[in-house]
Amino acid sequence: MSSIHLHYDVNGEDFTRAGEASGSVKKRLKALGYNPDAIRRVAIAMYEAEINMVIHADGGFVDVDIFPDHVDVLLSDHGPGIPDVEKAMQEGYSTAPDNVRNLGFGAGMGLPNIKKYTDSMRIETEIGKGTDLYLTVEVKEA
Amino acid sequence: MNQYFHSVELDAELCCGCTNCLKRCPTEAIRIRDGKAHILSERCIDCGECIRICPHHAKRARSNPLEDIQQFSVKVAIPAPALFGQFNNLNDIDYVLNGLREEGFDYIYEVSRAAELVSEATRKLIREGKLKRPIISSACPAVVRLIKIRFPELCQNVLQLLTPMEVAARMARREVKKMTGLDDNAIGVFFITPCPAKVTEINAPNAIEKSAVSGAIAISQIYPSLTSKMEKLKVIDPIAKSGLLGVGWATSGGEAAAMLGEKYLAADGIENVIRVLEELEDEHIRDIDFIELNACSGGCVGGVLAVENPYVAQARIQNLRKYMPVSLNHMRDEDMERMIWENELEYNASSFRLSDDIFEAMDMMEKMEEIEKNLPGLDCGSCGAPTCRALAEDIVKGNAKETDCIHKLKARIQSVYDQLGKL
Repeated sequence: MSSIHLHYDVNGEDFTRAGEASGSVKKRLKALGYNPDAIRRVAIAMYEAEINMVIHADGGFVDVDIFPDHVDVLLSDHGPGIPDVEKAMQEGYSTAPDNVRNLGFGAGMGLPNIKKYTDSMRIETEIGKGTDLYLTVEVKEA
Repeated sequence: MNQYFHSVELDAELCCGCTNCLKRCPTEAIRIRDGKAHILSERCIDCGECIRICPHHAKRARSNPLEDIQQFSVKVAIPAPALFGQFNNLNDIDYVLNGLREEGFDYIYEVSRAAELVSEATRKLIREGKLKRPIISSACPAVVRLIKIRFPELCQNVLQLLTPMEVAARMARREVKKMTGLDDNAIGVFFITPCPAKVTEINAPNAIEKSAVSGAIAISQIYPSLTSKMEKLKVIDPIAKSGLLGVGWATSGGEAAAMLGEKYLAADGIENVIRVLEELEDEHIRDIDFIELNACSGGCVGGVLAVENPYVAQARIQNLRKYMPVSLNHMRDEDMERMIWENELEYNASSFRLSDDIFEAMDMMEKMEEIEKNLPGLDCGSCGAPTCRALAEDIVKGNAKETDCIHKLKARIQSVYDQLGKL
């Protein structure tokens, strides 16, 4: 099946640039005439994941593949890894530093939100090596 | 109704094909073709930014000349609250309303009165919890149009109430009909407007079939003669029936303040509005009940058809409101239904999509990315498109070619020249 492949490097140094990749994907999905609900879910899930990458892992890269009926996203970082994935999936659980919380992030809703808005989510993480997060959002015709 | 009526029009003789409007347009709705600016109708939201920026005054907003009121036996003026911010040392809006009467209007109904009704209706709807939150104001037609073409998921958040202009026109018509027994055709209702988008709203309204407003007269047009008539006034009849809540709608934050709640935000200036809408769409804005958005900086006083500096006008409005009663207009039960939209706000997906067929759209996007990679990325606008990416899109759509890019063309000429040299 034909797909459009997009690649973004996420800068971990500059917090103010977090969200650029998800914004760019959103714009492209709109130009493709993609289903609005799917656009919204991709944008939100990707944004949360992008923020996580900047807060916890000093950035990384994002690969996006847009298919006519679904979008695959891989977010990959070389951060510290997630010690307890089950715990990280709980709403309200957060290890974000205070300076980030002051900006309104780090409420422990990142991963739970990502799960909520995607149709599948897979985490591959290794302590000290990094984390790969695989997301899929399917188009559900209204 | 005319789907693509626009109040912004071009005087081709004055247009020299420079890139000022091209670069300023927030929806990338302008292209320069054959040395003149063209508006892509399906993308234009009538915000008026191109009128504001054009140094050659080639962009204009269509509005009615004052003579047009003579076509009607009863002439009604519905002045925007922004009009009250245009005059120096004004301490009573009755001067303005009496001045309008001298201009030939028989009956005046301030739009600020209707604004108070819209505010009350909104408060009631919020209390009843029937609306999808956060609620986005529907008062700025440029913003509503923007949402309609670019923010599909937010269409349902837009407050389904008529604009104060429309409510004012309907209220005024009812009163005049009651007083005179005339029918609608004999009554001309004219909006005194700071805003070209409102002119569009009259001719091709959002969410209703037909506007009750007959025409719009630009503040900038009526201003000189109105000020001189106001100076000559001997008797001031008490006509005004607005409170400070209604008059406050003239400036950014006024409508939100009239919600009398705490969880609101007000953004003004089209770029700021777009940023707020993007964040809303991604659900980053939480804990907010009501969102007021104005395309113009400063709110309606910043409209391109106003004459005074918007911040000066804002200060005057604040001063005027000082000794006004809070609100003088209150809804009756039957008013609510009259203020609600007739139709839903429908997302117009075609404005920005490449093709209706997703396979074709994906194909086109792939080509676009390829073309864009080979463009210089200067976004100089010399090709007639606002950015290199927009040019790539135009090429894929068959509306432009790669050598429209002057840098590409130069390289092509250089290589031909080099080859000639080798012969």
